[in-house]
Amino acid sequence: MNPRYRPLAATTIIFVIAYAICISQYPSMWSTRVLGNFLTDNAFLGIAAVGATFVIISGGIDLSVGAVVGLAGVLVAVLVSQLGVHPVAAFVIVLAISAAFGASMGAAIHFLRVPPFIVTLAGMFMARGLASILTQDSIPIDHDVYRAISGLYYRLPGGGRLSAIGLLMLFVFLVGGIIAHKTRFGSYVYALGGNPTSAALMGVPVARTTIGIYALASFLGGLAGIVYSLYTSSGYPLAAVGMELDAIAAVVIGGTLLTGGYGFIFGTLIGVMLQGLVQTYIVFDGTLSSWWTKIAIGLLLFMFILLQKLVFSAQGRGPRLKRAPA
Amino acid sequence: MRRLSLSDIAKPQLLALAFILVLNWMVFPGFFNVTWQDGRLFGSLIDVINRGAPVAILAIGMTAIIATRGVDLSVGAVMAVAGAVAATSAVAGQPLIVTLAGALLVGLACGLWNGSLVAFLGIQPFVATLVLMVAGRGVAQLITEGSIVTFSDPALIFVGTGSVLGLPMPAVIALILMIAAHLVMRRTAIGLFVEAIGTNLSAANYTGLRARTVILGLYAFGGCCAALAGVIAAADIRGADANNAGLWLELDAILAVVIGGTSLLGGRFSIPMSVLGAVIIQAMNTGILVSGLPPEFNLIVKASVIILILVMQSDRVAEVVSRRFGRMTTRGK
Amino acid sequence: MTTDNEVVLEARGIIKTFGNHAALKGVDISFRRGEVHALLGENGAGKSTLIKIVTGAYIPDGGTIHLEGQPVSFATPQQAQSLGIGTVYQEVNLLPNMTVSDNLFIGRQPTSAGIVNRKATDEMAREVLSRYGLDIDVRAELSTYSVAVQQIVAIARAVELSGKVLILDEPTASLDRHEVDKLFQIIRTLKARGLAIVFITHFLDQVFELSDRVTVLRNGSLIGSERIDALNRTSLVRMMLGKDLVQHHHTPVEGQAEGGETLMTVRQLGLTGKVQPIDLEIRKGEVVGVAGLLGSGRTEMARLMFGIDIADSGGLHIDGRERVVRSAREAVDLGFGFCPEDRKADGIFGDLSVRENIVIAMQARLGWFKALNRDEQMEIAGNFIEALDIRTASADLPVKLLSGGNQQKVILARWLATDPRFLILDEPTRGIDVGAHAEIVRMISRLREDGLALVVISSELDEIVSYSSRVVVMRDRTLVAELEGADITPSKIVQSIAGQAGEPVAEVTA
Repeated sequence: MNPRYRPLAATTIIFVIAYAICISQYPSMWSTRVLGNFLTDNAFLGIAAVGATFVIISGGIDLSVGAVVGLAGVLVAVLVSQLGVHPVAAFVIVLAISAAFGASMGAAIHFLRVPPFIVTLAGMFMARGLASILTQDSIPIDHDVYRAISGLYYRLPGGGRLSAIGLLMLFVFLVGGIIAHKTRFGSYVYALGGNPTSAALMGVPVARTTIGIYALASFLGGLAGIVYSLYTSSGYPLAAVGMELDAIAAVVIGGTLLTGGYGFIFGTLIGVMLQGLVQTYIVFDGTLSSWWTKIAIGLLLFMFILLQKLVFSAQGRGPRLKRAPA
Repeated sequence: MRRLSLSDIAKPQLLALAFILVLNWMVFPGFFNVTWQDGRLFGSLIDVINRGAPVAILAIGMTAIIATRGVDLSVGAVMAVAGAVAATSAVAGQPLIVTLAGALLVGLACGLWNGSLVAFLGIQPFVATLVLMVAGRGVAQLITEGSIVTFSDPALIFVGTGSVLGLPMPAVIALILMIAAHLVMRRTAIGLFVEAIGTNLSAANYTGLRARTVILGLYAFGGCCAALAGVIAAADIRGADANNAGLWLELDAILAVVIGGTSLLGGRFSIPMSVLGAVIIQAMNTGILVSGLPPEFNLIVKASVIILILVMQSDRVAEVVSRRFGRMTTRGK
Repeated sequence: MTTDNEVVLEARGIIKTFGNHAALKGVDISFRRGEVHALLGENGAGKSTLIKIVTGAYIPDGGTIHLEGQPVSFATPQQAQSLGIGTVYQEVNLLPNMTVSDNLFIGRQPTSAGIVNRKATDEMAREVLSRYGLDIDVRAELSTYSVAVQQIVAIARAVELSGKVLILDEPTASLDRHEVDKLFQIIRTLKARGLAIVFITHFLDQVFELSDRVTVLRNGSLIGSERIDALNRTSLVRMMLGKDLVQHHHTPVEGQAEGGETLMTVRQLGLTGKVQPIDLEIRKGEVVGVAGLLGSGRTEMARLMFGIDIADSGGLHIDGRERVVRSAREAVDLGFGFCPEDRKADGIFGDLSVRENIVIAMQARLGWFKALNRDEQMEIAGNFIEALDIRTASADLPVKLLSGGNQQKVILARWLATDPRFLILDEPTRGIDVGAHAEIVRMISRLREDGLALVVISSELDEIVSYSSRVVVMRDRTLVAELEGADITPSKIVQSIAGQAGEPVAEVTA
């Protein structure tokens, strides 16, 4: 087997085993109801994680995505509840603003040549700050369209509900997978993660691609914010605090190399599901507390970082740096 | 030691601080008022150094790490862990010395963990410390069992709220730590080694420097600083809040170091300047507070400061500016 | 034969200066259709700078470039590439994490409605590679293939995109014999197709095997451009190393005959794939000169002695015991010092002051806590600045602002401050001006007289001859000769490097 599939295989196997253990303890976890809730409860995380996957494959990082989720939720709430804008129009506005926000971060990363983590850190402050200035409190959204979308679901055999937002997440994964694996833009993303110098020499449009990647990540952050507002029927400036870490963890657990160049959109889905599984297990258990989720995710993250280190150093990957001419 | 020259005093950081303080005074005329009450000083200025102390302590630990081209993203989480350890220890009736030792040991362990991943496994610092950033808060909650553990041990509370010679205790601790760390860096060879490693790791290895040991030591020290900041933060609110203690402070600490003039690309560093950076950040926070603007405005100001610094430090911008002024720039190899 | 082939790419009077260092001092070169043109020169001769200029990576400070008779100027490598000049670098500049077909066609994949047609791309990739005799799974990642295959993919890509001039920058450095043969076969095919091929290498065998024409650069100047049949190995080495043999009569280094007592014995020191096991005795008060071309294993040997790389065979016998140096730290503790070849990458701490650069090794030896205070540092630095005549406005100036020669003296001072008993100098005079050059040569002699043991690696034969008590010659990662006394002459060294003892030596003057 190609070594690059190992982390993904490991994730899949861990997920299957973990799920089997869960079912053996709580047979009721094997139901479409639980599966449906998996998708609904993690929809916003999954959507944002697709964006994070692109960023990480390109060798970057986006710390702003949680804040963008919060900002998008608040913007929608303000537009719909306070300014009376139709939700669909509000969605379009919010998505456009989010994409522009990400594009400007990408431009800063490329043109100022500064590490992405510091630029997206500024982006995080900026987005949270803007959200908090718009409102300090949670703004409820009460609109027919909202109720309609929230109530939309497909009933699965066995009583489970495949909700609209759960389906949307699956759709985003599908489209994300196509973009990553089937388009020129996707191949540019991998190229940047593999070796930006080579990529530039080989004619990859580095500036355009970098800006596109961060615009896409923030666009999906905005979409995740909209989904979150549908999920909670409100907009709250402190929504999804720390979610960027969950998204990064999902990406890495899903087999994407944190240093860039290798990764799968599908793996991220399993990464998100694995996190959901940990949470669900803790809910079912009842005696375990929620903080075990963080510890478990931290441990998984560590395991996968170590695994990647082993797999990729054994493979002797990565071009050696060519010395500057004397 | 060198004598202070005019150019030292006129450092942009000091000018920035003066500017912010004057701005604060303009929106809030009582800003510079300091009163003496119950054997301690009160006033907005005192508040700045008191509130700024935890970030200053984090920045003291972070400075040398950044100078070696590293970063420690876990300090906020380590604060929460150490705060939780201190609180449970105080609740269990341990004396202050045991409580402090316990918290610092936990911080040291966290730092050694980070340092080992960076120095011996060769994992990028940003990635290595992300693990503890994610898991640390969970560990803190595990210790506090999810609740806010409150304590009433007067000795521990004194660490966060007491005063020495009229000055708030956190500020005194930060000041002493800054002087001690600065002396250790500059009176031993460690500071030179750190700058050498940050400037050219390969050359440092050729010179026979034990770069890995130095790096491990820096992360360990960073962990201890985070633990100390965590104890102060917990003592200040008389309780350990695993969810919110130290939240986002790693970012403030990095910002303080960068404002202080240490480059994220490693090399020269100054611990006192990083502390000054922390004071500048807190002065902005306090200024926004006293001006009546919502505290969230802070985030936007911080973001703007980061952007401003990035633009100022950018080679590309320097190139464009110097070209505008008609000077020749040598094209790098 | 290919005598009348038309010139495809011609560069005239190319000048390039970095800071105050002239990398190219008016070089002329022309590449012809259907010809393999070997470009030779030691490190710092200006090969890579020249290549970077004709491929658009650097913009020259002076001179003109003509492509098929038309004047051109390239702003970027892509521009040069699209006009017909393709380059393959030694460290393959492709994307190891992507598939072979991605590497060949990134940005040019056939798409329909934005979706890449992978099947068609792979088909095209297979078709392209079959022309190079390569039948591999193009859907596998590039990194899963050997360097040789990666090279061929890189060549295929460059030829597909460019198709007029193909520049190969040390393509054989990490290939085995069989792979080299295969590569050469491909190059010959391309030559027959009418490409102009530029071939940079330091393996003389390969030059004679493959090239039609040879150009030699030294210190940024053109030394000569000859048809290969007008040269033999010895004359070629002489062109590269710059020997006008008639002028030089070796005056034996005084007092070298008896030598000092033995400091250490190198026994079977080697590292698989880098250096064949070496035996060498190193005595106090002696300079062992190391001659050999780039890639001959000379630097690698030094790195083994100093523990930068760890030997997998043999070791050093020193202080009455046998040992392998496992880190630079251990070497420093043994009283060794090493001035590396690449000053900028491995030597200087650019942003640190001259003072700090001088005291750092001594301080590393003293440890963390026995810190030299500022006054002590100033005194040590001041002493060495004076003794070595380091020209700097102040000891507090960042070392990166000094000239190359003064930087070299700073590194030398760094090691002398540790009071070493053994010093390794790797190309100590490369890229520095004539005045500083002479001073460093004098300094080496003085250190020898002071009783130090030195190993000095240099491409400058005059220099080696002038200070060495003994000279060892490296070729193909092997120590091939050890010359003493009257045998230390440039012509003997050249013969050893060329591996042709019998060939007449004064036939061509450079």
